Amino acid sequence: MSSRAARLLPGTPQVTLAEHLSAYGPPPFAETAYDTAGPAPLIVAVEQSGLAGRGGAGFPAGRKMRAVAEAGRRGGPFGSQVGTVVIANGAESEPASGKDRLLLRRAPHLVLDGIVLAAEAVGATRAYLCMHDDADPVREAVTSRERAGLNRVPVQVVEVPGGYVASQETALVGLLNGTGPRPAFVPPRPSERGVRRHPTLVQNVETLANIALIARHGPEWFREAGAPSAPGTALVTVSGAVARPGVYEAELGTAIETLLDWAGGFAEPPQAVLAGGYFGGWLPLPAAARVQLTDQALRAAGATLGPGVLVVLPQSACPLAETARVTGYLASQSAGQCGPCSNGLPALADALGHVAFGRPADDLLRWTHQLLTLVSGRGACHLPDGTAGLAGSTLTIFAADLRYHASHGPCGRADRLPVLPLPLPEPARPDPRSRPETPA
Amino acid sequence: MSRAENSRRDRPRMLKVNPVACQGHGMCIELLPELIAADPWGYPLIAPGPVPDQLLPLAQRAVNSCPTLALLLTSPE
Repeated sequence: MSSRAARLLPGTPQVTLAEHLSAYGPPPFAETAYDTAGPAPLIVAVEQSGLAGRGGAGFPAGRKMRAVAEAGRRGGPFGSQVGTVVIANGAESEPASGKDRLLLRRAPHLVLDGIVLAAEAVGATRAYLCMHDDADPVREAVTSRERAGLNRVPVQVVEVPGGYVASQETALVGLLNGTGPRPAFVPPRPSERGVRRHPTLVQNVETLANIALIARHGPEWFREAGAPSAPGTALVTVSGAVARPGVYEAELGTAIETLLDWAGGFAEPPQAVLAGGYFGGWLPLPAAARVQLTDQALRAAGATLGPGVLVVLPQSACPLAETARVTGYLASQSAGQCGPCSNGLPALADALGHVAFGRPADDLLRWTHQLLTLVSGRGACHLPDGTAGLAGSTLTIFAADLRYHASHGPCGRADRLPVLPLPLPEPARPDPRSRPETPA
Repeated sequence: MSRAENSRRDRPRMLKVNPVACQGHGMCIELLPELIAADPWGYPLIAPGPVPDQLLPLAQRAVNSCPTLALLLTSPE
């Protein structure tokens, strides 16, 4: 349970198609053939494996596949069959996560195997692989597979504009439909009506790489790693005050302290771990060290697994200032579609800014708590819920810091360089209708 | 009326806002203060739980009056 796993990230990178095929063998297409009568064997195998989505929400992967395949079976005119679509989500927006980029760099063909195998199983006629950046090596991988005849369903690599919510699944559907990379109100879910109204399977690239392995080795093999309630391995991005930040593959159920050991231990005295990324929560150290890496255990402790993110906050950093900055970033990422989010998140960021860098009075703290309830559950996507969750966790876990700030004003640590990473702001795009300013 | 329609009518009805469509006109807040309040920015806050039977006609009127068709009266699956 505590040894390093090497299913998705083997010691030697499998970058080229020849390397990949010699390590894994050809994808077992016979296992996945779409059947009009019932679910393809691969869908049953993924259901039996207990694989949960690795993009952050943790939805059962097999159930999603079955829903799309069934919607395709009756989604055409007069209940006829219609082709479905697969979107592989490699557009990693979480600033503290690097695992999807690394996986696509180190094992692109495992992901592409998973895309084609899943596409065949749900009766898809098209597949898209969405990425924020670094798409050219993956395009080359796609071309080499086409030459080898391995892409039985056409796969197109699509570059997604930056932005935290642009990689939300309905936003990817919106981008491919030309209505803009913004989250949409559900229902209809993409599994019912997605790209060009076809039932659409959206899966994270790590989930698809696991599906490629389940197709080869079966569900029993998959369950050999991990915890009974959370089988398999997860790619975890460990950063902050550790000696060797990076992406580590761990069996689910591994203790957090084991992962921190792999990352070289603490680089300076720690105070807490942020688990689950910016929709996650804080776990105080040293108590957090024994918490197991499963969504269930992390939720019981007040955080989430999310996309597999651990950030160690050193004692030299002010948790209130860190959270205020992240909240400001998340507020800036609102697509501006939903009133409670586009008004509430800037208000929350402003309130937390005053909490961290001012001397918060009781009425400010009351307003901050009120805002958490006001924004939760009131957007088309989970940006308001996730932001409120992180802010609420901060106010609970760091109550002592809050009392200090309330009585003394900002602590000396508020001005140190941020630990929680924030992406550089997008360069301003000129209004296409405006004329460039040119000297006369 | 078919049996299917009848059973749909028996299920509890919930008010729901499509937050993308909602522009905060506030019609629903004016028409159904029993169940809908305004947040600090003028967007609707819906009371949790199913709509009581005696308020269903008023809820339907609020749904029909929304200028952006953002208010929905739905039956849980």
